Amino acid sequence: MSLERWIGAWPVYRQLTGADRLGRGKAAESRRSAGLTPRTDTADRVVASVCPYCAVGCSQRVYVKGERVIQIEGNPDSPISRGRLCPKGSASKQLVTGPQREQKVLYRPPYGTAWQELDLNTAMDMVADRVLDARRRGWQDTDSAGNTLRRTMGIASLGGATLDNEENYLIKKLFTALGALQIENQARI
Amino acid sequence: MGSNMAEAHPVGFQWVMEAKARGARVIHIDPRFTRTSALADQHVTLRAGTDIAFLGGVINYILSHGLEFREYVRAYTNAPFLLSERYRDTEDLDGLFSGYDPATASYDASSWAYESIDVEERGGSRHKEQSAPYQHGAGGPSLDAGAGRIASDPTLEHPRCVFQVLKRHFARYTPEMVERICGVPRERFLEVCRAWTENSGRERTAALVYSVGWTQHSVGAQYIRAGSIIQLLLGNIGRPGGGIFALRGHASIQGSTDIPTLFNLLPGYLPMPDTTHEDLAGYLDSIRRPGQKGFWGNADAYTVSLLKEYWGEAATAENDYCFDYLPRINGDHGTYRTTMDMIDGKVFGYFLLGQNPAVGSAHGRLQRLAMANLDWLVVRDLTMIESATFWRDAPEIETGEIVPERCRTEVFFFPAASHVEKSGTFTQTQRMLQWRDQAVEPSGDQRSELWFFYHLGRLVKEKLAGSADERDRPVLDLAWDYRTEGDEPSADDVLRHINGIDLRSGRTVDGYAGLRADGTTACGCWIYSGVYADEVNQSRRRRPRFEQGPYEAEWGWTWPLNRRVLYNRASADPEGRPWSERKALVWWDEERGEWTGHDIPDFERTKPPGHRPPEGASGPQALAGDDAFIMMADGKAWLFAPSGLVDGPLPTHYEPHESPVRNLLHGQQGNPTRKVYGRPDNPSNPAPPEAHGEVFPFVVTTARLTEHHTAGGMSRQLPYLSELQPELFVEVSPELARERGLRHLDWAHVITSRTAVDARVVVTDRLAPLRVEDRVVHQVWLPYHWGPAGLVGGDVVNDLFGVVADPNVLIQESKVATCDIRSGRRPRGPALLRYVRDYRRRAGITAETGTRVMTAGGEHKPAHIEPDSPEESP
Repeated sequence: MSLERWIGAWPVYRQLTGADRLGRGKAAESRRSAGLTPRTDTADRVVASVCPYCAVGCSQRVYVKGERVIQIEGNPDSPISRGRLCPKGSASKQLVTGPQREQKVLYRPPYGTAWQELDLNTAMDMVADRVLDARRRGWQDTDSAGNTLRRTMGIASLGGATLDNEENYLIKKLFTALGALQIENQARI
Repeated sequence: MGSNMAEAHPVGFQWVMEAKARGARVIHIDPRFTRTSALADQHVTLRAGTDIAFLGGVINYILSHGLEFREYVRAYTNAPFLLSERYRDTEDLDGLFSGYDPATASYDASSWAYESIDVEERGGSRHKEQSAPYQHGAGGPSLDAGAGRIASDPTLEHPRCVFQVLKRHFARYTPEMVERICGVPRERFLEVCRAWTENSGRERTAALVYSVGWTQHSVGAQYIRAGSIIQLLLGNIGRPGGGIFALRGHASIQGSTDIPTLFNLLPGYLPMPDTTHEDLAGYLDSIRRPGQKGFWGNADAYTVSLLKEYWGEAATAENDYCFDYLPRINGDHGTYRTTMDMIDGKVFGYFLLGQNPAVGSAHGRLQRLAMANLDWLVVRDLTMIESATFWRDAPEIETGEIVPERCRTEVFFFPAASHVEKSGTFTQTQRMLQWRDQAVEPSGDQRSELWFFYHLGRLVKEKLAGSADERDRPVLDLAWDYRTEGDEPSADDVLRHINGIDLRSGRTVDGYAGLRADGTTACGCWIYSGVYADEVNQSRRRRPRFEQGPYEAEWGWTWPLNRRVLYNRASADPEGRPWSERKALVWWDEERGEWTGHDIPDFERTKPPGHRPPEGASGPQALAGDDAFIMMADGKAWLFAPSGLVDGPLPTHYEPHESPVRNLLHGQQGNPTRKVYGRPDNPSNPAPPEAHGEVFPFVVTTARLTEHHTAGGMSRQLPYLSELQPELFVEVSPELARERGLRHLDWAHVITSRTAVDARVVVTDRLAPLRVEDRVVHQVWLPYHWGPAGLVGGDVVNDLFGVVADPNVLIQESKVATCDIRSGRRPRGPALLRYVRDYRRRAGITAETGTRVMTAGGEHKPAHIEPDSPEESP
C-alpha cells in the first residue's frame, strides 16, 4: 500500500481534507461499508407493480433474482406516491415471500376435524360439480306472479376489492351466466 | 370528516401536508383525536353519528349569510328549479318527507319531483330492497319526463324553488343546535364555517375528504349528500383544489364497484334487471326517459355492447341480444341478507375471494354461524384466514355453538397468487387504472382468480355440454374464448374486451362514444372504454412524473376517457372562461372552437358554451353548452334530489340506530327507512324513545391502524406489522376510566347485545367526554383488525355490531353503536353467552327492539320483524 493510500484510509485525514467536515458520512466509511452494494443492484430484473393494500395506488418496484422476489420498494416515478410506501407497503415483500403463504389446496370434509391435502384438478372438478348441484337446487324460473327470474339462490360469493378488474369481470360474467346473483364484495361493507 | 387519512391512507396524505406547507388550512372533524388531527391546523371533536347535524349547520351558515357562490349555483345546480306543490319537508312532518308508508318503511318519492314533471307513483319498497340508488352510480337516476322545460326561477326567490326549500330545510341547524346535538362548542363550529367559506369562491377552493367513517352508517349516503351540497353551494366541484374525495380502503375496491361483484349492478353502473323488466326495451326505458339529457341517453349502446361481449354471436337483434339470459333480482340480495339466508338454510354454497367476513363483516357471530350451515364453502386467499378455519377455531367453538364433529360444511381452501404473481389492473381511489406486470410465477397450487374462474367456467361448460335444458343456454352460449398463455388466461386480452371491440374491424374502440346499439360493438364495461384505445394498454403507461405536466395524463388511465377531474366543465363560467386565472382548469378556446386546458375536458370537445339544444333532443344532444353535469338527467348538479334516493331528497339529521340520546330536531328518531333485519339472532340495543338505553350508556366507534389491513389476512401474518401493532386495545378518556375503574394497560371488555370483546385499556385524552344537551356522552374507540389467526391474535371487534343498513346502498352501520365497558376480562365459554343474555334481559331486548323505525307523530308504529326467523340467540 502506498503511503498516500495509507494516509487516505485514515478517517481523520478524510474528514479534514474532504467535503465531509463533520465526519458523519463518507469520511467515516470503513472499507467494508464502501464495498457494500444494495441487494437491489444484483437483481436480474425490476418489475413495475402497484401496492395491494389500500386504494391510494402507490407504485412498487419488484426486484427479482433467480425467479424469486428479493425486494419491493417504492417507485419514485409515480405521480401518486413519489416513491413512498407506508409500513404495509414496505412489508409487502413479507406478504408475498413469507412462510404464511399457503401452497397447497386443502380440504375439510363434512364433520372433519382436520385439513386434508387435495389435488388441484380434483378440487376444481369437485367445485364445478358442487356449483352445478347448488345451482340446480336453488333454481327459480319465475316468481309467484309468473315473472321471469331465471336465477339460482343456491350460490353466493363475497370478495373482489383486492382482486384485479379483469378477475372481477370474469367472476361477474360467469356467475351471471350461471344465474347466480348473490355476488358481493367489500364495496357493500 | 369520517376519515383518518394520515393513518389509513398515509402516502396519499403527503399531498395534504404539501398543501399545508403551501399555506392551505387543514381541519379534521372526527370523534377522536388521531394521527390526522395531530397534523391538522384544527381538530374538532364531535359525537359519532351526528355529521349531518354539523354539515347541515354549515349549509345553514352559508345560506343565512349569503355566502354561496351565486353564479356557480345558479348556472350549474338545480337551485332555480321549482318543486311540486305536493312536496312536504321534514320541517312539516316531524322528520318525515311526504310519501312515507309506515307499513313498508319506505317512500313513494313522486311528490319530490320538479313542478313541471308528472311522475307515476314510485315503488319505494322495491327501490329500497334492491339498493336502487347504487345503480347508475354518480350518473344520476332518470327523470320521468326529461328535462327540456323544467320550471325555474333564476332569481332563486320563488318559495318552491330548490334554493328556498334548502334554506327552509336547514334553518333550524343553528350553531346552538349543532352544539346541542354534536357536542361541538359553537365557537369551534363557527371557526370551521368561516374557514370553509373564506377558502371557497372564484379565487379559492376547498376539498372535502371522507372514508368509511361516513359510509358505514344507517344514513351514510346522506352524509355524503350533505358534504356535496356544501361543496356545490361554495362552487367547489369540478374545480382544481376542490372536490369531494372518497378515500377507499382496498387496492381495487373502486374497480370492484365499476366492474361490480355486486348483486344489483352490471358493469359500468348499469342496473341488474329486475322482475319489472320484461325485455331489453323495457329495461332501457327504466334507465333513460325520452327527452332526458346526458350520457345515460346512450344506455342502449352500453347495454347491447355488454350483451355482445357476454354472449358473442349468440346475441342478435332478433333475440334481444340475449337480454333474457340475465337473471332477475327482486329484492335485497346483499351480503347481509344472504348471510341470514344461509342461517335459514336457503343457500348451499359460498365463495370467499380474498375476503374474511368472520372478522371483517359486522356481526361476526352471524357470519360464522352462517358458514357453519352451508353444504360447501370455497375460500381463496393468500394465507389461512379465520373464515376458512371457523370449524375449528371460531369463538363459537369455545361457547359450544359450533362443534366440529357436528358441523357439516365442506371447506375447500385454494391458495391464491399474490399481486406480483399475476398481471392486471387495480383501479385506485381516484378512478385510475394502473397495470401491474407479473414479476414471478406463483408456486405450488397458487393460482390467480383469473385462472380459477376461467377454468371453472370451462369445466362447467364441459359438464353441461349437450344439455337441451333452456336454463343452461346462457352458460353454453357464453363467450369464453379469451387468449391464454399456457393455461393462464391473458389479463391483457380480458382488459381489451372490457375496453370494447368494433366487431366489423376487430380493433378496439377508442371510447364509449364509439359504442353502438346495433350489435356491431362488444364492450365489457362502457366507462372503461378507452383504456385500450389504439390497441394500446393505456393503463400500463408509466411516463415518469418528472417528464409530465401537473395532471400527469400519461401515468395510468383514469375513467372516463382519462379525465382526472370529473365535471371539470364547471371550472369555467357559463361563457367558458375560467372563474379566475388562479383556478383555471379547462376553458373554451374560441379560435380553435374547442374546449382545452390542463386536464382533458369532461365535456363534448367542440360543443360551444352558448350551444342550445334543438327542440325534442335527448341524451347527449340535449345537453346545452353550460350543462356541466353531463351525466345528470337535467345537466345540473342536484342540491335537491328529485329522485334516486330512498330516504329523502335532502339530508336530515337522524340519530344512529343505537344512540344514547333523543333526536333534538324531530320526533323521528332514526332514519325512517333504514333497513332493519328484525330477528332474534340480530338483536339491537334500545335507543330512545325505547326504554333501558342506560344499560348501554356509551358510544362505540371503530377504525383502522396504519400497521394493519382490514380483517388482518394481509397483515397479522407478517412479522414486521405484527410487531408494530401486536395487540387489540380500547381507547377511553381519563374521565370514563375513572367512572368505570379502568386502568391503563389492564384488561377491559366492551359489551353490546351481541357479545363482549376483550381489549387492553389505553387511557388517553385522544377521546374526550362531550356535553350533549343536558348530559355527558362518553365515546370509546377500538381498531378492528384482530381475530384468532395469525402471529398476533385478539377478539373480533366487529362481533360487537348488529346488522342495520343504509337503505340506499345496504351498507351496515358499523361506525357507531352503543355499548357498556367494564374492567377485567370477559367471561369465556358458555358463561359468555349467559353474560350477554343477562345484559339483553336487563335492557328488555326482544327481536322487536329497534325495529319500530317510525317514531314521528301518530300512533301507528309497526315493528319490522322477519316472519319465521330462527330462535333467540343462545
